[in-house]
Amino acid sequence: MANPEEIEESSDEIVKKMMFVMRKAPHGTINPYEGLEVMLIVAAYDQDLSAVFLDDGVYAIKKGQDPKEIGVKDFSTTFRVLPGYGIEKIYVEKESLENRGLTVEDLLLEVEVVDKSEVTKLMQEQDVLFPF
Amino acid sequence: MLFTVNKSPFLFGHLDSCLQYAIKDTPILLIEDGVYAASKGTSYEKKLKEALGKFEIYALGPDLKARGIASVIDGVKIVDYAGFVDLAEKHNVAPWI
Repeated sequence: MANPEEIEESSDEIVKKMMFVMRKAPHGTINPYEGLEVMLIVAAYDQDLSAVFLDDGVYAIKKGQDPKEIGVKDFSTTFRVLPGYGIEKIYVEKESLENRGLTVEDLLLEVEVVDKSEVTKLMQEQDVLFPF
Repeated sequence: MLFTVNKSPFLFGHLDSCLQYAIKDTPILLIEDGVYAASKGTSYEKKLKEALGKFEIYALGPDLKARGIASVIDGVKIVDYAGFVDLAEKHNVAPWI
């Protein structure tokens, strides 16, 4: 049983703004998978979390991935659980989508599309950036 | 010589570099994240189409499927693992990593 004093103490803790910056394509590097794992772990600490998918990071949440034949487990659909873990602010950079011929219709979760200048602004507001 | 490129053309310059060193009619095989160069409608499409006029460009099917790339730029030949082996048997392999 948790001590009531400890609970009170933890609720007084400073909440930090933390953003996951997802820049790599899935399967070729471990980054998107590791990013997803760390998101789910950090989600347990009641911080102010958000995630932005930019550059090749947008490919991590592309629909239709089927990596069976390359011997990799498909983790892409697991990104859909993020809002359920309190990571509701999920951004995708407009320019990154456009450069790759993609639209929000190609993505497997609901996101807010923001342009590069908005991404810059969002990053400036953070206490911590987690790059993946 | 068979060149293989395994990096995304958007974050890395491997394919750009490879295209400068390959001589005419050289086969270039896109594998792993390299296959993104073969997808349609991207900012790299123009460069890849130009390269298709000079080189034979292949993309590894299982890597396309893994990444949800349903169709590739016309002229890019899709090969499976057996096709990869055939190419590697016919040519010396230069992994452009």
